[in-house]
Amino acid sequence: MTPGTPPAKGGRRLNIAEALREAIAEEMRHDEKVFLIGEDVGVPGGFGGAFGVYLGLTEEFGHERIIDTPISEKAIAGAAVGAALMGMRPIPDLQYSDFLFECMDELVNQAAKMRYMSNGRLSVPMVLRCPVGTANRGAQHGQCPESYFVHVPGLKVVCVSDAYHAKGLLKSAVRDDDPVIFFEHKLLYGSKGREQAGGMDLTAYVPEEEYLFPIGRAVVKREGTSVTVVATHMSLYRSLAAAEELARDGIECEVIDPLTLLPLDEETIFASVRKTGRLVIAHEDTLTGGWGGELAARVAEECLFSLEAPIRRVASHDVPLPVAPVMEQTVVPSVARIKAAIQSCCGG
Amino acid sequence: MSSDTRVPSAEPGSEPGTTEVDAYHGLELYRRMLLIRRFEERVYLVYLQGEIPGTLHQYQGQEAVAVGVCDVLRRTDWITSTHRPHGHALAKGVDLRAAMAELYGKATGCCGGKGGSMHLGDPSVGMLPAIAIVGGGNTVVTGLGLAFRLMHTDQVAVCFFGEGASNEGAFHEGLNFAAVQHLPIVFACENNLYGASTPFHLTSLVPDVAARAAAYGVRGEIVDGMDVLAVREAAGRAVADARAGAGPILLELKTYRFAGHSRGDVRGYRSREEEALWKGRDPIVRIRERLALTLAEDVLDATDAGVEAALDDAIEFARQSPLPRAEDALTDAYATVISREPTP
Ligand SMILES: Cc1ncc(C[n+]2csc(CCOP(=O)(O)OP(=O)(O)O)c2C)c(N)n1
Ligand SMILES: [Mg+2]
Repeated sequence: MTPGTPPAKGGRRLNIAEALREAIAEEMRHDEKVFLIGEDVGVPGGFGGAFGVYLGLTEEFGHERIIDTPISEKAIAGAAVGAALMGMRPIPDLQYSDFLFECMDELVNQAAKMRYMSNGRLSVPMVLRCPVGTANRGAQHGQCPESYFVHVPGLKVVCVSDAYHAKGLLKSAVRDDDPVIFFEHKLLYGSKGREQAGGMDLTAYVPEEEYLFPIGRAVVKREGTSVTVVATHMSLYRSLAAAEELARDGIECEVIDPLTLLPLDEETIFASVRKTGRLVIAHEDTLTGGWGGELAARVAEECLFSLEAPIRRVASHDVPLPVAPVMEQTVVPSVARIKAAIQSCCGG
Repeated sequence: MSSDTRVPSAEPGSEPGTTEVDAYHGLELYRRMLLIRRFEERVYLVYLQGEIPGTLHQYQGQEAVAVGVCDVLRRTDWITSTHRPHGHALAKGVDLRAAMAELYGKATGCCGGKGGSMHLGDPSVGMLPAIAIVGGGNTVVTGLGLAFRLMHTDQVAVCFFGEGASNEGAFHEGLNFAAVQHLPIVFACENNLYGASTPFHLTSLVPDVAARAAAYGVRGEIVDGMDVLAVREAAGRAVADARAGAGPILLELKTYRFAGHSRGDVRGYRSREEEALWKGRDPIVRIRERLALTLAEDVLDATDAGVEAALDDAIEFARQSPLPRAEDALTDAYATVISREPTP
């Protein structure tokens, strides 16, 4: 099988949590320099990480490589940076992406800049997994902060939305020589989020044999000729749902999962936009300063004369997240909002 | 029972700072603790029935801390709270109906449905929206104290936080800054032995958070957090000192959460023996037993019935309350709305 092509059949169906667990276990077996460090990751009888991704890993790798920490995000991120500088490959864990703000210095001033400041002589190979997304948890437990990090030269930013790519990309991220911030959506982990995720089947075929999926490559999730839709996480699935509905009206959406936001796979996206002449971008991160604006600017710079309509962005409104479901649903991009943006982009 | 669903905030029946409280006051402390306990138990049931969205971090077992500390505070004093704020909110006097409605995500909630369980609060009774970032209150509270001093008021601020939070840089920075500025603040650390699934001894070689006070030249005191009168006594002295300009003070209240960390936690990381040991120190049972020495049983029973009636009323109120309007989501990010017209 060519790397990067999800098998049509064969392999097993895994959810994202299982796929991530496999990726970490494989990488820990493959390279003794890989270790895990974070809050509630390996306590006996404990949670196995805030979303259970690490369950069972301590049994195999022991407390020396699965390190439980105090609630000290600065120490966790700082220790990861320092160990990475010494040639280790740490996987630090902060539970929720909202807590990234506790250690912005370690990530932005240290991890991202050490290679540059050392004139290329140092590397910071680490992967920070970060759950994002609304799930009725309010203003401090549901943010999608991807775009802050897209703004930081020296970091790589990945967003995964299905088990196949989650596994392949996490393995690539662990082997990457630069710091990778790896965003996962809480509602997409597996069975638990299923109801909230609208009853979606959150499993995907994952081959038994080892594979990697490269950082920096987007995938076309659905081919179409009318309009290009670039979306991540829940917005990706909502875009796919909107695309199904619009197909009945003869609008054929080409839906792209960028997978890596930094560096962005311009080639795949630009090729699609040149084909369709229209672009809609959807993400759960807020609108102003969101990565969709960066993508829109690049498309405007490189593909302006292929565009037949203004680019449309669908994003969370520029407010913190409310907890009440009626309000939360208003803030984040819905199928209806994505559909309306696509229709307006297509002149409907 | 009275139809006023607000828990009276401190109208001390005796001077703060003395362990002696008269029977009426003791009964009031009991009532508040029971209200919190039964609030949590009944909230959990309606949560399981799907009436409450999101998640819950509950306070059973720790009631003596919130009630004992808030009993020596004035309505004009302020508290900061955590991801586990239900007890703090009720003890400081957030309206019971409004707290319940907030958990239900209703427009009548104390945060209009914007906050939810983890952000209960009400400025009118001196409680910031609870801060669900561990250690988040420990630095913000210094600004409250600074403002009180700059405005020449005699207000005091209490920062509630867990022992887990004492490993955040924010705990150390907040305490040191408050110390060097002699701010009118009481740092109230609820040491319930665990931060989520992680036992404190795995994360600190110093078993007592109070010992850390010495590093900042601050008075640190260990208190039995399962005894509301002991909490009230220690908090009374601490608050009086802070008000008199001898702050800050670090109180460590040794306690235990009877429930899981959040809903759905099966507590595999601690033993049932340990749980039984702590349940044997149930602060509500303890004060009820003491009160039974001087009060007739039917007085206590009437109090229990009153608590149940208040909760019936609050749950009914929350159920009947209207949902927020969808467009309410777009207000309050700024004093005046500045965001552009939302895209479709
Ligand atoms: C900065 C930050 N890190 C991690 C978390 C996730 N988290 C929520 S509660 C909690 C445990 C807190 O323990 P403690 O301070 O002892 O309070 P307790 O839950 O025992 O009341 C953790 C790790 C968080 N909310 N904020
Ligand atoms: Mg604790």
